[in-house]
Amino acid sequence: MRLRVRRTSGGTAPPPRVAYPETEALRERAREALQDDQLRGNLRAAAGSWAKGQAAVRERYPFAEMRAEARRIRTEDIRRLPELLDLLEERVRAAGGTVVRVADGEAACRYVVELARRRGARLLAKSKSMATEEIKLNEALEEAGLRVVETDLGEWILQLRGDHPSHIIAPAVHLNRDQIADLFRRHSGEEIPNDREALIAYARRRLREDFAAADIGVSGVNLAVAETGTLCVMENEGNVRLVTALPPVHVALLGMERVVADWEEAALFLELLPMAAINDDAATYVSLITGTRAPDEAGDGPTELHLVILDGGRSALRGTPFEEALHCIRCGACLYSCPMWRSVGGQAYGSPYSGPIGAVITPLLEGMRGERSSELPFFSSLCGACHQACPVGIPLHDLLVRARAAVDTPASRRARLAFRAWSILWRWPPTYRASVALARIGLAVMGRRGWVRRLPGPGAAWTDQRDLPSRWPPHP
Amino acid sequence: MRALLMRTCLADLAAPAVARAARGALERAGVQVLVPRRQTCCGQPAWSAGHPEQARAVARRTLRAFAGEDPVVVPSGSCAAMLVHGYPELFADDPEAGAARALASRTLELSQFLVRHDLSPGSGASGAVTYHDSCHMLRILGERDSPRAALAGVAGLELREMADTEVCCGFGGTFALSFPEVSGSLGEQKARNAAATGADELVACDLSCLLHIVGRARRVGVPLRARHLAEVLAA
Repeated sequence: MRLRVRRTSGGTAPPPRVAYPETEALRERAREALQDDQLRGNLRAAAGSWAKGQAAVRERYPFAEMRAEARRIRTEDIRRLPELLDLLEERVRAAGGTVVRVADGEAACRYVVELARRRGARLLAKSKSMATEEIKLNEALEEAGLRVVETDLGEWILQLRGDHPSHIIAPAVHLNRDQIADLFRRHSGEEIPNDREALIAYARRRLREDFAAADIGVSGVNLAVAETGTLCVMENEGNVRLVTALPPVHVALLGMERVVADWEEAALFLELLPMAAINDDAATYVSLITGTRAPDEAGDGPTELHLVILDGGRSALRGTPFEEALHCIRCGACLYSCPMWRSVGGQAYGSPYSGPIGAVITPLLEGMRGERSSELPFFSSLCGACHQACPVGIPLHDLLVRARAAVDTPASRRARLAFRAWSILWRWPPTYRASVALARIGLAVMGRRGWVRRLPGPGAAWTDQRDLPSRWPPHP
Repeated sequence: MRALLMRTCLADLAAPAVARAARGALERAGVQVLVPRRQTCCGQPAWSAGHPEQARAVARRTLRAFAGEDPVVVPSGSCAAMLVHGYPELFADDPEAGAARALASRTLELSQFLVRHDLSPGSGASGAVTYHDSCHMLRILGERDSPRAALAGVAGLELREMADTEVCCGFGGTFALSFPEVSGSLGEQKARNAAATGADELVACDLSCLLHIVGRARRVGVPLRARHLAEVLAA
């Protein structure tokens, strides 16, 4: 497709900074999202098409068996994690790579920034990585005066908007083509037609310039294979291949739990992850990166590979009732399946990880402190659709309940006090019956033609949205 | 055949007719029904809100009220799921862990109990209903078929499936109170899907979902009648 283009200087403006809306209450963000018809339409379309494809995938493959096997492997590998990480580190070093283990995001960012300074780098090209979102790597690099370009189409769109991902796999799924076309026109000053091919062509042209100029490539890792020290990165656009092959230096950020023992195990996840994420049994591109370009090797490949292994609160979950959260392979299926995520999208969660897995791991990785801990685990109806969708069988609804129990904030302590009073009344049949009788009298007194329109006290949140039948069966 | 019936706290509070209907349906099917007098609540409200200690205090009452060997029948997928799936975890490190596991193994939701024992209340009705798959019934108890089989056993009743019947109605216990807007929006979608079938009423195995869905339906002006499955079976 040929484009009529008009160049302006608008295209080089630095992208606005990403800000997570941490200070607003989750309920308020959810309420706002609910009123955004365009957003809801986009989410409905995306989740609907995923659900349709997922049903077909599950018919075509022995999904239940693969899921059971995946769960077994993840359980075993998380149990053996320290040993597997040692082996991985040894093999990556043997293949010419540098390995650094970092305790938290700050240390990870510091390492990458210092590396960039030592190499005199000015431009870093990045492929999609949730771990880099988690540690806010872009912000750290920009603060250090470096330029960083997202090369995944969805992430690039978000970077241009100053937005953040709403989905683990499909970061810009909350936007539709019209919105993206508008953005590209504003950004470029060019007349880009609202056409899939034209939009992609524009992004490709702009991104190629940056690939060629980048001093350092930064990627995530879907799966590290300990026995050979190989990093697997899956994608559909080809940008990961360029990010990890063109620049002379490659930095790979690995969440420490994303490691398997050997290739037999890896083979399962190379199939299962795309099955759950994109309803296909293979990603379009799979990059298998073992070490650096050897000295006697001509041609492609970075001469430096830095594997940064991030703890960031993960190792503390081993051996706790939350250990299964470490089984996650970041496929995003639980997001698509979640009625809450489908209703409000990922941004409302206010954290890089959204949906059921985000509501579990965000507070956990933050040590169950802070506002997001007191909000996120409660943003679920515990319907269990996430568990059903999860290709490694994480009982997310159980983890959500356990996370709620682990929350210790002023709000949670107030709620606990109320439940203590409740439990004293309801553990004894006479006081139980008395409180029930009182409630029934209240219901009868407040009812008008069989319905209560407004309840007092904590019941007000019920009648905020619903009437309450004072007689049963109800008469509309 | 003998069984212990759990009335459920929500029926005690908002619809005692549901517990009476459950008893009636079981008795018509030839079951000798005992309703333990010292029962209160299964404890799920506190458990799912993240207060296991407070839940355990109340659940212990249930554990003792339903002691013995008799099967326990619960006219609620959610309360049944609490006993079956929640209690073993809630009492895992408790001296009564064995009793909790035993209770879990002899507890069934009402339609599960009837269908597994091949029992029929021999009920009759006229018209059409639509059935809402409540989440804990469907995804924790893994029960999709029993309520439908029980409805199929009601002479003269037609079942019309609604769109997205397996999607959550948005009730979710304290979720309905902490995030009322999202909860209400999901409830409204459910009410509209149910009404779109043209069925005379909405039926479910969980009173909680029904209170939420019809309450939301009335607030937004969707005409919708509802009855608990037990009431349909007892009619």
